[in-house]
This record gives sequence, C-alpha cells and structure tokens, in this order.
Amino acid sequence: MKAIITILAVAALASVPLWLRDPYLLNALITTGIFVIGAMSLNLLLGFTGQLSLGHIAFFGIGAYVSALTSLGFDVGLPGDVRLVHAPWPPIAGFVLAIIVAGLCGYFVGLLSFRVRGAYFVIVTISFAEVVRLVALNWVELTQGPLALTNIPSIALPLPGVGELTLRTKLQNYYLVLVVALIAYLLIARLVHSHFGRSMRGLMENETLAVSVGIDVTRTLTIAAVISAAIAGAAGSLYAHYIRIIDPEVFAFINTVTMVIMVITGGKGSLAGPVVGGLIFGLLPVALRPVMAPEAQWIAYGGVLIAILFVLPRGIVPSLAQRFRRRRTGRTAPSPVALAETAAKEPA
Amino acid sequence: MLEIREMVCGYGGVTALRGISLEVKAGQLVALIGANGAGKSTTLRAISGLVPPRSGQMRFEGIDITGARPPRVLASGIAHCPEGRRVFPHMSVEENLDMGAYLRRGSGEIAADRDRIYAEFPRLAERRRQAAGTLSGGEQQMLAIGRALMSRPRLIMFDEPSLGLAPNIVERTFAIIRGIRDAGTTVLLVEQNAFAALEMCDHAYLLENGRIVLSGAGSELIANEHVRKAYLGG
Repeated sequence: MKAIITILAVAALASVPLWLRDPYLLNALITTGIFVIGAMSLNLLLGFTGQLSLGHIAFFGIGAYVSALTSLGFDVGLPGDVRLVHAPWPPIAGFVLAIIVAGLCGYFVGLLSFRVRGAYFVIVTISFAEVVRLVALNWVELTQGPLALTNIPSIALPLPGVGELTLRTKLQNYYLVLVVALIAYLLIARLVHSHFGRSMRGLMENETLAVSVGIDVTRTLTIAAVISAAIAGAAGSLYAHYIRIIDPEVFAFINTVTMVIMVITGGKGSLAGPVVGGLIFGLLPVALRPVMAPEAQWIAYGGVLIAILFVLPRGIVPSLAQRFRRRRTGRTAPSPVALAETAAKEPA
Repeated sequence: MLEIREMVCGYGGVTALRGISLEVKAGQLVALIGANGAGKSTTLRAISGLVPPRSGQMRFEGIDITGARPPRVLASGIAHCPEGRRVFPHMSVEENLDMGAYLRRGSGEIAADRDRIYAEFPRLAERRRQAAGTLSGGEQQMLAIGRALMSRPRLIMFDEPSLGLAPNIVERTFAIIRGIRDAGTTVLLVEQNAFAALEMCDHAYLLENGRIVLSGAGSELIANEHVRKAYLGG
C-alpha cells in the first residue's frame, strides 16, 4: 500500500514538466524541491533522534559555498604571507566536496554539543549558523561578502564516451533535483529501518533503557548529525549551481525556520512528512502571490500553519495515516498497536 | 564474580556513594536494601558504567571494569534492568526483545534465544507484534526481564522490579527472579520491599547514606534489631 503511494507520487512528480510549461512555476518547484531535501535531512535528526537543529541552514549554506568556491576557484591570502590558490574544478567535484565538508561540520557540531544535548544542541546549532554567516559576510576576499559569488557554473554530468551534459535548463535541473531527492529519501528510509535506525528510535523512546542495552548515545547522535548535515550540504550545492549566485543571506535564520515548519507540519518522524510539508509551504507563497498583497501573504501563511497543526496536531502524514487505518480496520483504538505492526512487517 | 572495593561516586557536587565495598558470588542472589536516596540505584548505575566512579575499583570475573563504558560492561556479561519505564513503548514486543541483543551478532542464535523466552513467557509470544506500550504492567515487566536475558548475561541487575506492580504480579516477578538464579545466572537485586528481598536472597547488604552498614545472609538481616525497626516496620 505504502509502496504504491510512493511509486504513484514519484510518477506524478516525474510527469510534471510534461504538462507544466510555465517556467516560473517550474522554478518554484525546483527551489521547493531543494528545500524539501533540506527538510528531509532535518527530519532525520528531529524526527528520528528528537534533536532540534535550529541552525540547519548552516550545513545547507556551507554546501552551497563549498560547491560554488570549488567550481569558481579562489585566491586568498592567509596569515604569514601564504596565498591559497585554487583553480576551478568541475561543479560535480564541488557537489561531492559540499557533501563531505558539510558532513564534517555536522561531526564538529555533534562533538561540541551531544555530550549535553537537548537545549544545548539547539543553542550550539544556532550559534554555529550565525558564526558561519558572519564569516561568509566578512571574509570578502574568499566569499565576496555581500557582493555575492556570481557566475557559478551549472552542474555538468560526465557521460562516459559522450563527453559532458551541462544541466542549464529548468527541465534538466528539475529532474536533477528529483533524482537527488529520491536518493536522499531512499537513503534515509534505509537508514531508519537498519540496526542503526533502531538505535536512534530506542534512544528517542527511552534513553535510559537504550543505554542499558548497550547503545552508545553520543556516537549514535553524532553519526545521525553527520549524515543529516551531509544531505543538507548536497541540497545547498544543488541550490548554488541552480540559482548560480549566492550571498550570505542563504544563512538567514528564516530559512531554518522554513525547514522546521516543513518537517513539523508534514509530520516529524515520518519519511514522507517533510516532502508533503515541504511541497505545501514551498508552493504556498507562489499560490498566494496572485491573489494577495505581500503583507497579507505572510498572514495567510501563518494562518495555514496554525490551521494544519490545529486539525492535524501530529503532522499531516502521521495524522492522515492514522485516520485512514482506523477507517479501514473499523477500530476506534488509536494507533500504537497498528504502528508497531506496520513497523514489524517492514524489513529491518 | 563481582568485587567492588572502596567505590566513591557522585553527581556534580553531591557524593552518593562514600566508599562501598561488596562482593557478589557466582550463582548467588544478592540483595541491596536501604531507604530512598541511600545509593542503591547509584551502585547499579556505577557498575553498569552510567556513572563513572571517582575512586575505587570494580572487577568482574577477575577483569577490571572500573570506569568502563556501558557497552563494554554489557558485553562483559552484566545486564542492567533500570528502574522506571521498562520498555520501548512504540516498538513491538519482538523488537523490544531484539533490542536486548543489540550488541550481539548472529541472527540465528538470537532467534533461538527469543524463542526460548517466548516459551518461558507465552503471553509475550501471543503479543509479539503488539506495541510494548499497550501491554499491562506485569507483561511489560516480563518483557523487560526477557529483554535483559537476551544479552545472555552471567550477572543480571534488577533495579526496583516490584515498583508500580500489583501484589500478585510482584510475587510472580520475584518467582521469576528466583528462577533465573536457580538456572545459574547470578542476580544483584535492588529492592524497596526489604522483607521480600531478604527472604529470597542468599546474601544481603544494607546501604545507609552511601555506606554499607550491614551485610550478611538474608535471615541474619531479618533477625537484626536495627533492620527490623528501620526497614521491616517493627
């Protein structure tokens, strides 16, 4: 059942460019898709380990800057009359480096904060994002500061025997984002149903007990943070090569908040949640634009957010799944039983 | 089997254990009794590596485990049934049991052990797909014990196994714990219900304010004047 819905959803998303000819809407879908990948990575931490990263955009932005600088090249002076020169590399190398560097940053932040966790993790992530933003703003020689990095090349896929395919059009980028999103989705799905995924869930459900069965809390959380940050870095790289200009504004706090909203409304701890929440809140501003004044748009945005959480407090996907299941089985008892049943049926 | 020498332990500025020494012999059921805050749970937490000791020494089967982290202690053969919420509520009964074998490899042997536990507790077998949080208190206790056994411990530590259970379930729990000892697994039991603990144990220690003030066979402690007055209600 779940598999059918997933396949139908992917098929529907893949068919969009066939009937949607409006480049503005296609553009909105691409940027939304990139943010959905970011939201999925946030959900891995928030939904499956219970840790709230309020600086998640830092990993996204680091991915964007690393990828852009790798493909643009740079020449900066370091203390002691050393010059660091880097000749431009292909954007695909930037994409890979973005994932690695963002993952390392996730490791660093995890190392700093997971010995204490909870509120400390939230504070460390916020501070980290702010520090990174200030570096991007002030290290003008490297990042051009507020003048932004421009002319970032589009991603080019090396095709064996043919040469290179440069993804310049919106159509090509749409499918690129779709494929990366799908890979990220499958990776996270695989992860949460693995031995490792079980330790994340155990930790979230009952930490004392998780420790007593031998789960290493710090290690589990740090690995989750690394994978989450790496996926966010991949999304950032896609963003940089699609928009082709980035400035320190990518690190703005509102971008993290947007991701958190996508995850919470869609349903944290559900695989499809960030996708559903992401599509709604990514496309809502586009839908509201023709019918409302800019000021009213944000009010409507907030209204929709409150309405969703009021009607479906656990998030869209978990709440609807529960209602659907109840109707089918004709049972009034709520879900934990059924939840565990489906969980047990899935391959571990 | 387990020897503790002059162990000092604390949380932040508070010293919970002020130098305790105790010994658990193989095949015995050893009880640790005392009032709230005497340091019973801290002792278990220190043994399993949750609270690092400030000084002192712990040896298990001749191997030094002082300051070892929880996974190493568990892998060396000591299982800990912590007090409080006993199960992973949203996981199925079967997943809960598998969590007990978290550090083990070899799915065949794990499945065989799981079947043994189902044979022991048929109630769990009936509910193997059910979320553990929907079980009754007694069933959750059976599940917690089953999960602890899944790590194949040679020493199993129970922290307040009777807490929050109906009297007939408490009795059944104690019978199971005795059964575990009779089957050859050593047990270290922390229990509020001092009389029941002293009656069933081979050896007991009385903790007061982070110190061991009395030790001996269960029957000796039951007969002791101070124990009778302070812990057995007359």
